[in-house]
Amino acid sequence: MNEVFDASETSRNGGKSRREALECMVWAGAGVLWTVTGGVPHSRLIGAAEAATESDATFSFLQISDSHIGFNHPPNTDTPGTLQAAIALVNAQKSNAGLMIHTGDVSHLSKAKQFDTADQIIRGARLDTHYVPGEHDVLFDDGKAFFARFAPKAPRGWYSFDQAGVHFIALNNVQNFKAGGMGNLGADQLDWLAKDLEGRSASQPIVVFAHVPLWTVSEAWGWGTADAGQALTLLRRFGSVTVLNGHIHQIMQKVEGNCAFHTARSTAFPQPAPGTAASPGPMKNVPPGHLRAMLGITKVTRVRTATPLAIIDTTLAA
Amino acid sequence: MTRIKYAAILTCALLLTARTAFAADARVTIDNFKFSPAQLVVDAGTRVIWTNQDDMPHTVVEATAAPTISSPALDTGDSFAHVFTKAGTYQYYCSVHPYMLGTVVVR
Repeated sequence: MNEVFDASETSRNGGKSRREALECMVWAGAGVLWTVTGGVPHSRLIGAAEAATESDATFSFLQISDSHIGFNHPPNTDTPGTLQAAIALVNAQKSNAGLMIHTGDVSHLSKAKQFDTADQIIRGARLDTHYVPGEHDVLFDDGKAFFARFAPKAPRGWYSFDQAGVHFIALNNVQNFKAGGMGNLGADQLDWLAKDLEGRSASQPIVVFAHVPLWTVSEAWGWGTADAGQALTLLRRFGSVTVLNGHIHQIMQKVEGNCAFHTARSTAFPQPAPGTAASPGPMKNVPPGHLRAMLGITKVTRVRTATPLAIIDTTLAA
Repeated sequence: MTRIKYAAILTCALLLTARTAFAADARVTIDNFKFSPAQLVVDAGTRVIWTNQDDMPHTVVEATAAPTISSPALDTGDSFAHVFTKAGTYQYYCSVHPYMLGTVVVR
């Protein structure tokens, strides 16, 4: 993980620097609150700070990811059950949340029944839910079944919308993979993105969501997007850009300029940290009773004050 | 058409009963996100059978602009077979995990 630290961050956040907070994550696990002030995100352990942020919030939304309905192997032979637990957590935490995003791999094998099961469970959150595909959702027929059900107005999987002053951009980086390569946006999508951002005020907060990370977490495991640099160049002039991804089934964060990157946990199974296992396959030897502590949801809050975005991850075991 | 395609997923039982129809079979397993062996050398006429032993779906797709070898997504335990009739070097990859690469050299 290539962290880019800004030396000026150390004086912010009541003396609790982002570097210290990230170090605390090693033992604290899920409880980290992200705030973005003037385009510079920093984090702190949740506690009293969370309550203060909640009460000031004008807008919040939730992220779930990698539900992999249809996966039926160790460590999780009940992926509908853990997705249901995630939605129960969403319902408990959503308060005034305006929407939910699902950052892909809704299904394990792109089967209609798997899409249907996921759809039924996710509707239980009673939130307007916006989807991007994962590579497991587009295994057949160019993903037509996924797009018809989950993004009917975006047949190629990319779209944007505005809500509560935030500009949301959904990107598809899971099709037309090249041999030996990573995730891929493609020229058509990049052209669309340039037009979408044209003339937009640089002070509007931007939230980009896509399945595969838009920063290179591990090239050896394909955990990155080959042409993400072109998309990030288009986003560079904006004061606050938050990029939310899934795919790697674990939380990773990075800051680069005004851009904060965050990957969410899966609701189905954890994957190993890069370089710690022979392959990126599911972690099978999860101690009994510990699985749900490795799965979870993400809540993103926009605060009325000068602190626009905060990201809070919660495990299913919380 | 010089190259015969067998694009069906075959069960092990079917493979056993059908194997006498081919000059030879060679096998590639997919395990831990790797094709094994990653490079296979066979004689023309050999049927190559890939079997996915991972918990994750994988594919076998020729690494060319217009692949003539292209499997559907193989779930755990699924197999895919292709008969190589013409000498040459065939590079392939998993279109779900594109860093997974393999080669079949046909003599």
